[in-house]
Amino acid sequence: MMAIASEQQTVDLREPSGWRRTKNQLATVGMWIAFVVMLVPLGFVLFTVISKGASAISWQFLTGSIPVNVLPVTYGGVGPAVYGTLVITGFASLMAIPLGILGGIYINEYGGNHLLARVINFFADVMTGVPSIIMGLFIFTIWVLHFGYSGLAGSFALACLMLPIVIRSTYEMLRLVPNSLREASYALGATKARVTLTVTLPAAIGGIVSGALLAVARAAGETAPLVFTILVTQTINKNLFSGPNTALSTLIFQNATQPYTGAQARAWGSALTLIAIAFILMIVARLVTARFARYDH
Amino acid sequence: MSMTARADSAIPAESASPLTRRRPFGDRSFQVLCLAAGLLVLIILALIAISMTQQSATWFTTEGWSGVFSTDWDPAHNAFGALPFIYGTLVTAAIAIIIAFPVSIGISLLLTEVVPRRFARPIVYVIDLLAVVPSVVWGLWGILVLAPWLQGIYQSIASGLNGVPVLSTFFGGQGVSGASFFTAGLILAVMITPIVTSLSREVIATVPAIDREGAYALGATRWEMIRGAVWPHSQAGVVGAVLLGLGRAMGETIAAALVIGSSATITTHLFNPGYSMPAVIANEFGEATVGVFRAALIGMGVLLFVITIIINLSARAIVDRSARRSRGA
Amino acid sequence: MEQQEQKVTAKLEVPQTTTAPVSPATEANKIFDAKNVSIYYGSFRAVTDVSIAIYQNEITAFIGPSGCGKTTVLRTLNRMNDLIPSARVEGEVHYRGASLYDKAVSPTAVRRRIGMVFQKPNPFPKSIFENVAYGPRINGIRKKSQLEEIVERSLRQAALWDEVKDRLNKSGLGLSGGQAQRLCIARTLAVEPDVVLMDEPCSALDPIATGRIEDLMQEIKSQYTIVIVTHNMQQATRVSDRTAFYSVLRNEKPGASDTRTGVLVEYGATQQIFEDPHDSRTQAYVTGRIG
Repeated sequence: MMAIASEQQTVDLREPSGWRRTKNQLATVGMWIAFVVMLVPLGFVLFTVISKGASAISWQFLTGSIPVNVLPVTYGGVGPAVYGTLVITGFASLMAIPLGILGGIYINEYGGNHLLARVINFFADVMTGVPSIIMGLFIFTIWVLHFGYSGLAGSFALACLMLPIVIRSTYEMLRLVPNSLREASYALGATKARVTLTVTLPAAIGGIVSGALLAVARAAGETAPLVFTILVTQTINKNLFSGPNTALSTLIFQNATQPYTGAQARAWGSALTLIAIAFILMIVARLVTARFARYDH
Repeated sequence: MSMTARADSAIPAESASPLTRRRPFGDRSFQVLCLAAGLLVLIILALIAISMTQQSATWFTTEGWSGVFSTDWDPAHNAFGALPFIYGTLVTAAIAIIIAFPVSIGISLLLTEVVPRRFARPIVYVIDLLAVVPSVVWGLWGILVLAPWLQGIYQSIASGLNGVPVLSTFFGGQGVSGASFFTAGLILAVMITPIVTSLSREVIATVPAIDREGAYALGATRWEMIRGAVWPHSQAGVVGAVLLGLGRAMGETIAAALVIGSSATITTHLFNPGYSMPAVIANEFGEATVGVFRAALIGMGVLLFVITIIINLSARAIVDRSARRSRGA
Repeated sequence: MEQQEQKVTAKLEVPQTTTAPVSPATEANKIFDAKNVSIYYGSFRAVTDVSIAIYQNEITAFIGPSGCGKTTVLRTLNRMNDLIPSARVEGEVHYRGASLYDKAVSPTAVRRRIGMVFQKPNPFPKSIFENVAYGPRINGIRKKSQLEEIVERSLRQAALWDEVKDRLNKSGLGLSGGQAQRLCIARTLAVEPDVVLMDEPCSALDPIATGRIEDLMQEIKSQYTIVIVTHNMQQATRVSDRTAFYSVLRNEKPGASDTRTGVLVEYGATQQIFEDPHDSRTQAYVTGRIG
């Protein structure tokens, strides 16, 4: 027992009384349990996807055409879906990323304290919380009903999803750029557009690119916006602008409810492909942030 | 007024009145471009509201308010009551948040209070990994792996709870299925954990260090410090984070569509199959080619849109207010 | 006039000013002519009724206690205050005879002629070369050979060339404080301005780096007009030809909040300001009683 004996009193320096200590330990254990609870499904799903999907993956799988559901996974592949995912997501990124960056620039560099800028910022934030199915329904009512199903419609829906995400992340990154840089550029006689494009934007580019990549990863995995816009088909459609198309996510959605093992195996293989794409984008995003992090204060 | 250029200057000499030059065309047009991009947000949101309401109008006019909110959903017989789906959406979201809330709070507290900084990074990476798994993959795993496995568990629980008063209403009953309200809620919980965790972490991180130190200086244990110093500050912000998670859970479509059981029934038995708004829209839209059926599905989309916007607005308002208060404190 | 009357009994050792006597103040030599300038931020009057003339190829120092508006007046000379939405300038500011705040005047064009060096060095996160080449580039110079020539000349003028000539491609952020500030000066000189404004350029630097920049100022004086805001009175006596002393006009109303409006107290040859100040406030400041 640790005690300091002075004239008459002894001071007890042991740990606090049993119940307090127990509560503290329970709390800590509880937090670790929470962590493990989160790990379990993640580990489980990754394990399942990898084990069931890895056997399906091959070059033929990634490029071959989609066979009928009955056929086992050794026949054909999911080529059209891979193509569709890459092209539809790619086109959506082409629209959403530049517009998102410009929007973020508006809010932070030109908006100042104007009401309009604050309103746009606020609603961009709200828009990030709009479920992706709404974007799909929206493009259906506004485009598909008039122009038919197409990969393009799918791209529009994904772009609507990505736009607020890119705007918000651009805005956050631009905010971090110190004002002294802008002032130095102004003092050399640059116009506002020049200051923004040649000094402010480059200073924030690491975070902006990384945010954009994460938005792309999110869009690549989305299913709901595509279900209503591309009218999932089985054959490859090289024309983005007309006719139904297909994608990995919608293929998984369809095949998940199929009783045939072949179809299910194709779904697992596609799931692994999708996760790999999203994972690679996430890693590249981290690398970009790390490469440019020297500028963070 | 003249401006003598230096004799050896490489920079071109200016014209007669060099100080006066109108704002370059490029500068102004860039500003307009940025403004237009920003306005796109408002335009899209407005169009969503307008066009979807328009397309769903026949649902409201045909069914009337009582019809829209009735429990009778039978497209074959022209009954389009949405109540079963509203019920399912609320129930699954509630299950999701009840499960996700303690887990998320636990993890965020773990990261901010317990784990040393350099170990926090890998844990955050793992959370991000959780977030990057697409909804459809969760659904695939849910229906092909989780649901069959849970079916057996549900059955044992249900039969075990036979006759037990309160519990059997929720966890008992016949007709339990792997694809059910509870499974959907479970998967939704996993999906919203990353966002609730990261938002809570942000909120907890704004608690000033002096408050923490003050509690410790009084001899508090870590748990007591959390309850006394961290919690009061971050309460409102965490509530906001939870609301945002709730909004996410309500809108998650594909995972729910695959594992909820696709049965438009209202029941308290959580292990029974059910349906939710996003799930029915995703599953049945292909069949709803014309008329009131499609209008009904789009109308439920409108409901979903409105609900999630309201939840998001309240969440942001609560988080902002608490952030402002703690900054001023 | 060489009157050396001792007006004040207790006097801090004021080093003799070492600069040559200033050239006569004529209209032809005037670069800036400010008349009755007041500057507002919203409803707050930051500076009131300043009238001052800056002369060609001189170094003019603005000195005074904190918050007396020296930097505000400086930034008015190259329209940097425009960047603050609530800022407003009343009165007239003429640059080489033309009104600087005329509606038709483009601030961008103003700043190409009137450059600025800031208190804390702020190199761009680009290479050293790109930092200096930035100004010429936006002025339309594209040819590599021309840019290289300008970069070398500017870096030499800023006394930085020898230290960085072998690492022009390295980031400007990797330089020490003194080097970074000289880089910023080189960057400013690269556009060949008419005037260089300096806002406490040495306050973040050690004495050796400060000395190098002061030497630099003397070297380039013959080609540029320099206005420097400084907290360091010794620096003002070392480098400047003329000195303007600013102070704060306290709001005397009882109970009113302490609104510090800046005012120009005295302006004259540096030698005169420090050795024979006419205003008692100037006296108090330069002898160290206040400030």
